[in-house]
Amino acid sequence: MEINKKSQAGSLESSDLMVYVEPFNEIKIEVESSVSSQHTEEIRSLILNELEMRKINGVYVKIQDNGAMNLTIKARLKTALLRGAKNGN
Amino acid sequence: MKNQLGIDIPEYVENLGKLIPYKGAFKRIKNLQKEDLRLTPTKIRTYLPERNKLVSSLEKAIERSGLKNGDTISFHHHLRGGDFLLMKVVETLDKMGFKDLTIFSSSLTRAHQNLYEYVEKGVVKKIFTSGLRGELGKFVSRGKMDIPVVIRSHGGRARAIKTGEVKIDVAFISAPSSDKEGNLNGVRGPSACGSLGYAMVDAQYANCVIAVTDNLVDYPNTPISIPQYQVDYVVKIDRLGDPDKIGSDSTRLTNNPVDLVIAENAANVIYNSGYFREGMSFQTGAGGASLATAKYLADIMEEKKVIGSYAIGGISSYIVDIYKRGLFKKMFDVQSFDKGVVSSLLENDDHIEINADFYANPFNSGAIINNLDVVVLAAYEIDTDFNVNVLVDSHGYAQGASGGHSDTAATAKLTIIVAPSFRSRIPTVVNKVNTVITPGETVDILVTERGIAINPRRKDLMENLKGKGLPIKDIHQLREKVEIITNNPKMFEFTDKICGFIEYRDGTIIDTIKQVVEK
Repeated sequence: MEINKKSQAGSLESSDLMVYVEPFNEIKIEVESSVSSQHTEEIRSLILNELEMRKINGVYVKIQDNGAMNLTIKARLKTALLRGAKNGN
Repeated sequence: MKNQLGIDIPEYVENLGKLIPYKGAFKRIKNLQKEDLRLTPTKIRTYLPERNKLVSSLEKAIERSGLKNGDTISFHHHLRGGDFLLMKVVETLDKMGFKDLTIFSSSLTRAHQNLYEYVEKGVVKKIFTSGLRGELGKFVSRGKMDIPVVIRSHGGRARAIKTGEVKIDVAFISAPSSDKEGNLNGVRGPSACGSLGYAMVDAQYANCVIAVTDNLVDYPNTPISIPQYQVDYVVKIDRLGDPDKIGSDSTRLTNNPVDLVIAENAANVIYNSGYFREGMSFQTGAGGASLATAKYLADIMEEKKVIGSYAIGGISSYIVDIYKRGLFKKMFDVQSFDKGVVSSLLENDDHIEINADFYANPFNSGAIINNLDVVVLAAYEIDTDFNVNVLVDSHGYAQGASGGHSDTAATAKLTIIVAPSFRSRIPTVVNKVNTVITPGETVDILVTERGIAINPRRKDLMENLKGKGLPIKDIHQLREKVEIITNNPKMFEFTDKICGFIEYRDGTIIDTIKQVVEK
């Protein structure tokens, strides 16, 4: 999958997160979490896994997390990536 | 020495005195006659009839009050997040050069968070309150106070005033409406806040009372919540507060689906508990799930044609609406939560303003909450012994308030805690709460969206609620379930330093606020 436009998904409600995605020449991840610093690392590795699965090598992902569960994070990320991909739907 | 919950409490603390460890919710009350307590002596002030109470500025009123360094000054939080007076008084005292004062407020809101600057300057030495918020709460939890704060419940504060454990040298009263002699009420004027229930106790037992108003009206001002014979000086200032932050126009009901599920469960618990009956009395907070419980309960009451005797507490306009539907006969109001309540106090004879002593003091001949059937309360955390924390947040900071939580939990026949099982990956149901405000022996049922847990002490409730289609679970099972879902590492640790004491309503120490290690 190739990310070629800016996109976003999610909300800033409690237990949700905002995912911002934009094209980039390498993988860059930025995570802000209201929950904890340990949790930030967990989110980062979760994102890396998802990107690897989709064979994405260039993207800038920015997360603003308000304590979302992992499944929410995955779902929001997937939506943002699909929206940012060329043939995404 | 250890208290009944196994928490270490020092016997003596410099500048606070001797501490009594908590021994059980009604232990001290049962044996109180042996202590032979007396009402606090209060200075009698007399003035000649022709004397003018109006003073042109706060400075002059403070000068005349005879306030000294190290004295105790009191405030009340009916103007909530919109209050200007407390900070204005403290700024004035700083300019006048006062030091080492004790701030004794019924609670502290975000409007007072900069109070920590005056602690750093030495103007304020001690803080006694029900709640802490914003930067002030962080300041306390970081261990920056030389003397630990003391957190009291609303009933406990009234107790401490009457026994003289805390003697108020000067009470500052935010008066939304006053005449030149100091007849005060909270129901009229640009800063109208409704009930003055907490301030009424201060006015009665302080050695000096300064009423501050932004709405000076013709004599005599009625209704009279605080009478002129308790007021020494009246000061007119431009603005007492920000009306938008004193209270919203009305309390809106939550549309959060999790809260609504909890509320519906809680209403069904009440209906099946054995306490749902003609003449039942009821209290609930203004929080999402608590207030929504009132909605579902009211619908059941209407359907079953059951009419309650009274609703009490902080009154919100949603409770007023339920009263108007004819479902409760009276409302007792120690603190009004929104502007809709203010007009109801003026219009409805059955809406009665009461003081904090009448409301919840355990050391009198009978607070009205002693007759309370059902109370619905919130929680930051609840543990498997049903102890509840409503003060220390998920970051380890004091960011909440004791309020009437422990008072009503102790006296109500049925105490229900409503809370989501976790919030933002942080479990609500835990092994051990950070800080106990309300002891588990006074809590009967926890209602979450993931199940209902009954305190094993209440075999009768287990019996009544069995086979009613309610998702009843053991609290340990509930905790484990939540732990698996959230899978969240603890994000902070505490040191052994004591930053505050949680005083139970009877004056014993139930827990401490510990210093948080920030990561």
